Amino acid sequence: MRFELTSDQRDFMSTLDGLIASSDPVAVNRAWSVGQTEPGFDLWKRIADMGVPALLVPESEGGLDASPVELACAFEVLGRHAVPGPWIESAAFLAVALDGKDRQEIVEGTMASLAVPPLVPYAVDAAEAQRRYVVVDGRLHRGEVKDVVTSIDASRRLARVEPAPDGLMSARVHDDRAPMPKTGVERPLEGAFVMAVLATSAELLGAAERVLDDSVTYVQQRTQFGRSIGSYQAIKHQLADVRIALDFARPLVYGAAVDPTLRAVSAAKIQCAEAAHLAARVGLQVHGAIGYTAEYDLSRWLLRIRALISAWGTPAYHRETLLAELLDSR
Amino acid sequence: MNLDLSPEEEAFRDEARAWLSANVPREPLPSMDTADGFEAHQAWERKLADARYSVVSWPEEFGGREASLVEWVIFEEEYYRAGAPGRVSQNGIFLLAPIIFDHGTDDQQRRWLPSMATGETIWAQAWSEPEAGSDLASLRSTARRVVGGWRLNGQKTWSSRAAYAHMGFGLFRSDPEAERHRGLTYFCFPLDADGVTVRPIAQLDGEAGFAEIFFDDVFVPDEDVLGEPGDGWRVAMSTAGNERGLSLRSPGRFCAAADRLLDLYSTVLEPVERTAKSADVVDAWVRAEAYRLYTWGTVTRLADGGDMGAAGSVNKVWWSELDVALHETALDLLGPDAEVESPWTDGYLFSLSGPIYAGTNEIQRNIVAERILGLPREPRG
Repeated sequence: MRFELTSDQRDFMSTLDGLIASSDPVAVNRAWSVGQTEPGFDLWKRIADMGVPALLVPESEGGLDASPVELACAFEVLGRHAVPGPWIESAAFLAVALDGKDRQEIVEGTMASLAVPPLVPYAVDAAEAQRRYVVVDGRLHRGEVKDVVTSIDASRRLARVEPAPDGLMSARVHDDRAPMPKTGVERPLEGAFVMAVLATSAELLGAAERVLDDSVTYVQQRTQFGRSIGSYQAIKHQLADVRIALDFARPLVYGAAVDPTLRAVSAAKIQCAEAAHLAARVGLQVHGAIGYTAEYDLSRWLLRIRALISAWGTPAYHRETLLAELLDSR
Repeated sequence: MNLDLSPEEEAFRDEARAWLSANVPREPLPSMDTADGFEAHQAWERKLADARYSVVSWPEEFGGREASLVEWVIFEEEYYRAGAPGRVSQNGIFLLAPIIFDHGTDDQQRRWLPSMATGETIWAQAWSEPEAGSDLASLRSTARRVVGGWRLNGQKTWSSRAAYAHMGFGLFRSDPEAERHRGLTYFCFPLDADGVTVRPIAQLDGEAGFAEIFFDDVFVPDEDVLGEPGDGWRVAMSTAGNERGLSLRSPGRFCAAADRLLDLYSTVLEPVERTAKSADVVDAWVRAEAYRLYTWGTVTRLADGGDMGAAGSVNKVWWSELDVALHETALDLLGPDAEVESPWTDGYLFSLSGPIYAGTNEIQRNIVAERILGLPREPRG
């Protein structure tokens, strides 16, 4: 029984954090949001060189053979810096779902995205990515961009993806008599789905921690009625509630990383979505009007959080899934 | 990072589970805040003690098993999973005992701990006063130096278990010149001592779960002072940390309640109630699970030599609000039967006290904001 990150895991987080922080990630996010992708690809390459897309790949295939705990660590950091790009899709889902040469590409830093309609109807940054995939009838296909749509978070450049001609990647014949699992992916892909939900949860956690940090700093600088607004109980208690919500979201994320099941990642996603939502609402409220501007950096996280709340399974989906699991196992 | 139990810990769990399943009373005991129920709960404590399960983490010489922190959490999980009775000895074994171990003399440990472990002596806490609640340091009850000891005067209130308990513990102002946290002394005293008057107060459920205690020149000998005279605040704060932190509210209690909530949900046939409350049922389970995992993180940090610090306040807000939400959900699922007396109404009324006792949740949020987030301190009057 040791439910704490190891010093290696903490070192990995702080190295990744330092690498991203020194790359002006907010500027990268802003550029990506208006279609200037060069800084985004540069940052993608640097993060890939640190091994993030190789974490879940076995050593025999050139991967790092790390655990889902390291994956969660990495996504907490990615969330903290609102890094753009289809990281959940590449490093969590596809790194597990693909094999052979396709997986090799992911390890080497190819930017790939995918959609799993209807649960995940849009592929993030599909037009920008070098590879596109789509799951249809539970099976993975190579995909082509059908059309693009605009996200509430402009740094998530969404597209619908349709299967490419002869794009089916699995030769297995689907058993039409078996009901489709609620994940929308066939059982062999379930592990990939679980990792994507875990990564989304961890990214929400990191984004929310950042909003809390920046809000705590801001309320101590901002003065009204002759004192810092952070000295008012109305502000302090709201921020305390965010601290508490995040402190109880984190163990669900790392608990799910230690024992990655559908049930565990659903619980993590429910709590992370709720805690991050609270962080975003409180963060905006304590910033006041400045927080409502596009120019102020807080906007990056407020919009990212709202987008991620419904990504890789909405809260309603995960509640329903978890409830069914809990009732089934009684 | 892992959540695995060692073979020894698994053996400990299996043994506790087997004993509890064979010994937990089939029918719930009457309320511990009635004369009959108090006795029944004392008898249960005796039974636990005979099997050395009443104070598993204590040293063997005082009735414990020297269980590790991990084993203590395991025991609590099994205890509540088995639906075992509430602990009438709770204030003594969880709040006072850690102080006696840290600050008590050998003589005090020998005199007080064994009968606390068996449930023969039940202890009541005497913290709050009519004018000193959240602002505990403003307390006014006094201790006057006399030959061989002290004379206590004043009034305590909201003293849990005091209606039927045998002994009390609390802070008194021993230096009339000193202010607030200074000049306080920690006393232990029999509740049937000359000059002590206990007036039970009926709680929301109508039972005398707490009481007022009046002190009229009550003599307490020097050997019943805990820690040094004048050092009472520092001594007491280790209890406050315990009460808010890990000890009083083990995760097992909430995990077991969340499981019972799922059982209840699966029996509810009314589609309106099912649809309206399904999200709340899941959320109660998720929050209990979060609390369980969070506790393993705390246990790891404590085992590494860390302390609870202000994290106890994070803990307290979480479990107390979870407890209320969980019971509200259960009552909502019961539909029009919600108002009919049941274990759920009992649990609901009990849960309502959680956000108030052991430091209100407003005080806890101040602590989280000031000591963890580093925001400016509240102005003190």
